[in-house]
Amino acid sequence: MTARAATLAGTRYVFPDLATLLARATPPRSGDVLAGLAAGSARERVAAQMALADTPLAAFLEEPVIAYEADEVTRLILDTHDRAAFAPVAAMTVGALREFLLADGTDEATLAALAPGLTPEMVAGCVKLMRLSELMTVAAKCRVVTRFRTTLGLPRRLGVRLQPNHPSDDPKGIAAAVLDGLLLGAGDATIGINPASDSPARTASLLHLLDDIRQRLAIPTQSCVLAHVTTTLGLMNQGVPVDLVFQSIAGTEAANAAFGIDLALLAEAADAAAGLARGSIGDNAMYFETGQGSALSAGAHHGVDQQTLEARAYAVARRFRPLLVNTVVGFIGPEYLASGKEIIRAGLEDHCCGKLLGVPMGCDVCYTNHADADQDDMDALLTLLAAAGVNFVMGVPGADDVMLGYQSTSFHDVLATRELLGLRPAPEFEAWLEGQGILDQARRVRPPEPARLPAPLRRLLA
Amino acid sequence: MKPPATDPWASLRAHTPARIGLARSGSALATKALLEFRADHARARDAVGDVLDAAALAAALAPMGEVLGVASAAVDRATYLRRPDLGRRLDAASEARLAAHRGEYDLVLVIADGLSPSATRAAPALIAALLGRLGGWRLAPFVVARQARVALGDAIAAALGAGAVAVLIGERPGLSVPVSLGAYLTWRPRPGSTDAERNCLSNIHALGTPPAAAAQRLAGLLAAMRQRGLSGVGLKDEGELL
Repeated sequence: MTARAATLAGTRYVFPDLATLLARATPPRSGDVLAGLAAGSARERVAAQMALADTPLAAFLEEPVIAYEADEVTRLILDTHDRAAFAPVAAMTVGALREFLLADGTDEATLAALAPGLTPEMVAGCVKLMRLSELMTVAAKCRVVTRFRTTLGLPRRLGVRLQPNHPSDDPKGIAAAVLDGLLLGAGDATIGINPASDSPARTASLLHLLDDIRQRLAIPTQSCVLAHVTTTLGLMNQGVPVDLVFQSIAGTEAANAAFGIDLALLAEAADAAAGLARGSIGDNAMYFETGQGSALSAGAHHGVDQQTLEARAYAVARRFRPLLVNTVVGFIGPEYLASGKEIIRAGLEDHCCGKLLGVPMGCDVCYTNHADADQDDMDALLTLLAAAGVNFVMGVPGADDVMLGYQSTSFHDVLATRELLGLRPAPEFEAWLEGQGILDQARRVRPPEPARLPAPLRRLLA
Repeated sequence: MKPPATDPWASLRAHTPARIGLARSGSALATKALLEFRADHARARDAVGDVLDAAALAAALAPMGEVLGVASAAVDRATYLRRPDLGRRLDAASEARLAAHRGEYDLVLVIADGLSPSATRAAPALIAALLGRLGGWRLAPFVVARQARVALGDAIAAALGAGAVAVLIGERPGLSVPVSLGAYLTWRPRPGSTDAERNCLSNIHALGTPPAAAAQRLAGLLAAMRQRGLSGVGLKDEGELL
């Protein structure tokens, strides 16, 4: 391990290894303080950022932040690193990479070619030096397009996961929320339920419910019940209609073990989903969720800061060519991200890191009631992410998730953002909305009086 | 845009507490729906910031047994919210107070503020219903705990010498239900007991599991815990059969 140092106003700050350097350079957030990893002063933080800016990218290949022998995520990162793709930036420092990413000549094609050559630690280090506008500018240059029954990630499009959760998984209550979302133009990314209980029987009945609605209304979208991957695997083997396979993932082997998964299990699930081949226009069939702080929460952070570990989770995600990956940025609580300010920065960091690594990033723009945040903070993050080209966000009735007990973005919030920034739903889903008469002549979502809706939709309202 | 005279959503609302079919103007919510959401958020925020009325709670519990007050090492609410590790440890004075009452106990009942201190108002009724079902258990004094996380119960049980702990704690408030109590049971608790070693009954409130019904479930779980000599994942199936 190589110590790195910087001198600021006559004080010399020394950082014994890369993990410490990355942690001290991280913009302030409560989770790193909780872990005892944060900089002790604002000056130490800037000194760490100066030392980080001078660190060669190649150092991240030579000094893994978690040992190769101890962690299969480290092994995945290093074993799949593409040296040829890395070559154009191989001689750069972290600071030089930041300027390269922002330079006029660095475009979508450059970044797509570069993605397999970047490791999570490189991009995590780089975003620690960036301001919010830079996180947006760089992410907006990246394009990660995925397909199943809709095409997600296209320019000027903003997808929505319709999230119709119910505290006791009541089928009629869920169907009512699905209808509400469809009439408000949501559901092109997926219609995805977090089940209150993830027993196989319950999960199967919800999968049948969603598949039935989708087929009856001929909606071009994909459904998902966010049960544990082992539950979903078992149901696929029984012939239950599974479109997307969901799993929460994290950036260390030990944190994934706390989720009850490892890379081999994810590979088995991805193979099973590929075998079903239910996508009509593409084969991206995995849906992953992540969030800063999950490794610390599981006591599995190895002294690495939460933003770097989050970026490592995207290395896990990209291995399995997912349709959707979203960071559930404010869900975990104020001990990891204390305020609207910390949540907003983390959401933009995660989106930028994911896109640089070639992951189809979305974001659950959200907060809990014990965090210092409110809907104004969510409006800010949603608008910034949409301007930065986020692939999808959540749509929850009235922004209030009555099962999980937190606030996300509403169907209305997404409509307002689409209108404000001139963004549209996925093309296949937009054509369906037009066919149902849900879009008006200005292509705004303005559903007609219920009596004038097509019969299948009208029947759901009865 | 006003909702039509015959609101087609009215019948669907019977099936879900979700905010469906909200009136809007353009893409935005109508003013009434906007302010109702704010009112619910304010209520949930206030629930987090409430201070536990330990004196009132102790007075309500006193007829049923001795009551000890303790505090975690989190000195105030702001510290509590950011430092879960401190909320799991006793402060020095509390440690000493409990040590003075150390004895041979099968169970200690802990009433903790958690993230919703007002939710503890439901605890005395629950405990009254529970005590009638705990014949044969040697009970430690009740412990009322401030700025407490669930795992503070492990430290309390260790200090008192209790073989099991039941922590009744205010849960993360939601917009629909801002005051809800959770119960966490741990057999042979010790500092470092993991969540996988606990059984949990959540959503104890009038619209979820009411206190009397919760007491019945908890008594069943405690009996099974004692009979099997374990708590947590291994006890799950029996718990659900009760």
